[in-house]
Amino acid sequence: MSDRRSTGGTKLGLPTPADVVKPIALQRRTISFTGWRLAVLLGGLVALLSIVRIVTGAQQIDSAGTVAAAIGFAIPIGMAGLGGLWSERSGVVNIGLEGMMILGTWGAGYAGTLWGPWYGLIFGTLLGGLGAVVHAIATVTFGVDQIVSGVAINLLGLGVTQYLSALVWPNQPTQSSSIPPIPTFTLPGISDAMKDVADKGWFFVSDVASVLRAITFDVPYTTVIAVVLLPVTFFVLWRTSFGLRLRSCGEAPYAAESLGVNVYLHKYIAVIVSGFLAGFGGAVLATVLSGIYREGQTQGLGFIGLAAMIFGNWRVGGLAAGSLLFGYTQAIQLRSGEAVHSLLLVIVIGMVLLAAWQFYGRRVVPGVVSLVVAGLVFLWYARTDTLPDQVAYVTPYVATLLVLSLASQRLRMPAADGKPYIKGQDH
Amino acid sequence: MRRFWLAVAAPALALVFAVAVTTIILQVSGHAPLQAYKDMWDYGTQPDSLVLTFNLSTTYYVAAVAVAIGFKMNLFNIGVDGQYRLAALFAAYVGGTINLPAPLHVAVILLVAMLVGALWAGVAAVLKNRRGVSEVISTIMLNYVATGILAYLLAEGRFGVLAQGSNNIGTPPIPASGQVPGIEVANLPGPFHGATSAIYGMVVVAVVVGVGYWWLLNRTRFGFDLRASGLSPTAATASGVDAKRMVLYVMLLSGAVAGLIGMPQLLGEAHTYNLDFPAGLGFTGIAIALLGRNSPVGIVFGALLWAFLDVSRQILDLEGVSKEIVTIMQGIAVLSVVIAYEVVRRYGIRAQQREVGRQLGTDEPVLVEAGA
Repeated sequence: MSDRRSTGGTKLGLPTPADVVKPIALQRRTISFTGWRLAVLLGGLVALLSIVRIVTGAQQIDSAGTVAAAIGFAIPIGMAGLGGLWSERSGVVNIGLEGMMILGTWGAGYAGTLWGPWYGLIFGTLLGGLGAVVHAIATVTFGVDQIVSGVAINLLGLGVTQYLSALVWPNQPTQSSSIPPIPTFTLPGISDAMKDVADKGWFFVSDVASVLRAITFDVPYTTVIAVVLLPVTFFVLWRTSFGLRLRSCGEAPYAAESLGVNVYLHKYIAVIVSGFLAGFGGAVLATVLSGIYREGQTQGLGFIGLAAMIFGNWRVGGLAAGSLLFGYTQAIQLRSGEAVHSLLLVIVIGMVLLAAWQFYGRRVVPGVVSLVVAGLVFLWYARTDTLPDQVAYVTPYVATLLVLSLASQRLRMPAADGKPYIKGQDH
Repeated sequence: MRRFWLAVAAPALALVFAVAVTTIILQVSGHAPLQAYKDMWDYGTQPDSLVLTFNLSTTYYVAAVAVAIGFKMNLFNIGVDGQYRLAALFAAYVGGTINLPAPLHVAVILLVAMLVGALWAGVAAVLKNRRGVSEVISTIMLNYVATGILAYLLAEGRFGVLAQGSNNIGTPPIPASGQVPGIEVANLPGPFHGATSAIYGMVVVAVVVGVGYWWLLNRTRFGFDLRASGLSPTAATASGVDAKRMVLYVMLLSGAVAGLIGMPQLLGEAHTYNLDFPAGLGFTGIAIALLGRNSPVGIVFGALLWAFLDVSRQILDLEGVSKEIVTIMQGIAVLSVVIAYEVVRRYGIRAQQREVGRQLGTDEPVLVEAGA
């Protein structure tokens, strides 16, 4: 029963991911991303996009509009992922995020149209938390399998919102009327200056400018709140004793119990916070991205959030990067088919650089594989003019599968993640 | 005997709880609960509704068995949904493009469906065995990838053709030799008497799947290994069961059965795969497998109940009650049934501990390994 989510399990005599990873994790700490490394990496990425933009002429690939849209999509994804992070760090797998997000969209649609967008956001957040309470009761108090409970929450979230919609909007039960927009802010001066520079089309400079333009022009306040929640989560979970206790429930609940930690309480708090975050993500989706509640508008964003969290190795920074990446694929798909096509070239250059790095490290076989992949993708690029719409659609899911399968030994989920905890039943 | 009553008590309790909550919700939102239940019962027990229920439960049964095979060894195939839709698409396309004598034609379609379902599920098995990727996450992701592939393939110039007189794109229609006629029940005495529609001929496949599942679990070594791996992976490994091979086989089997889910509708009614095929059947299958506790017989009751609710709720909209109340009822039923099983299991363990304690003549509770 217990190690459904774990990948190997010592019970079978196989090494668990934790066993394999510990030495690597120690090694990696010494070469962790310091500030300047991160800057070089980001700069390189922008330069890469810039080269491709100039070569292909696909301006949309990193225009301010695209970047803004990517951030817009990244917010609900990131909030769902952050919810997953809270929950799983306490050892409770939460695939009910999607259902909680659905509750959030509906709450925003209901309260948002009645009393204004801010009330909608609050109400959506609370409804998400309500879904999480059900999940917590089932999984923490009763020790029900967490996957099963999550599936049931997703079912319930859909049913409850559909029922409520038919009740409050009898004439048009699949959507609300439009929700008034929330205020946005623009940094005067800088924002316009950046637009001018971005429009010049210079190498690198214009690309940086369009990113700056995107984060200084017409930014909804929800984005600010969401971005602030990232460091707040990091601080609470990794820099406070409460966070240490919470994470210890996800790593070794029986040891935590023996040290006097109230495991049930911490798990309850974590799961409910996770519901608030997923609900908030759903509410942002309805209020800011769509301006309306529509049935089925989450379209699996909760699952993408979960994917972003795994992609980010159950950590805040990785989760933010994953959300941005997946948000970008959603945004680019809507904005420009031409840009999606030219992204193939980005992959080609990326793979060639990876191959060079692998050859430099004398890893010949992976290097050759990377080169072959680069060649194949280049052929694909050269022989087509557009990509099917579905390529961008499946990108988050394929990326997650690739990351999980290629880097699984570097990923490390909380050791007791997914295992039901019953007080005093350690054996 | 005690075990039997404990096993029956859990779902009964859960259903009572689900109905109670639903009644409260209906009452609070200003509807008359008893009237709603009576309407559902009256509508649901008409011959035509019963045929519909029966046909729907065929599909649900296969879906639940597909899920249950994995559940039996604690393997979560959440990707049944994607496997079923991908399999139905390919089977429909192959069935619509080839021309063979009748029984062979049907056999080829079924074979393609099972093969595609198994292959798609196999991806998750390989990822789990070779790369240690949890099947829960990979099958969820593969569901969405399947949706993307479907959307790509179901277009004109690929697998799709425009249906005559509509702008609904589907696969080329399957000729008569690949169709399975329905079983007329209008003239039979009994509950179906006077129904205008027929029962899917593919009900045979559901029966075969059910009997096969029972036989596999209880009468083969593979089934024993499967149950052993589910109950105690350690003990199974110690007795020589190859865990990885089990994961692969069980996943392939689950996927192959998942491939059959769409077949009753495809061969019995639609004869083409289009977007009318429901998404989410995999999740319905999970719910029913949980209700029926993965037992070949229990799932029959679960599938019939679920289908009855799905059919009979159609009347509610006409009576001014939103039919989504039934979705809520189903959701609560699933959640409370798993909670009830867990509570009953813990109660059983405690009772066992007391019993052992009494026999040993001490007042202290004696720890008995939890497992059953």
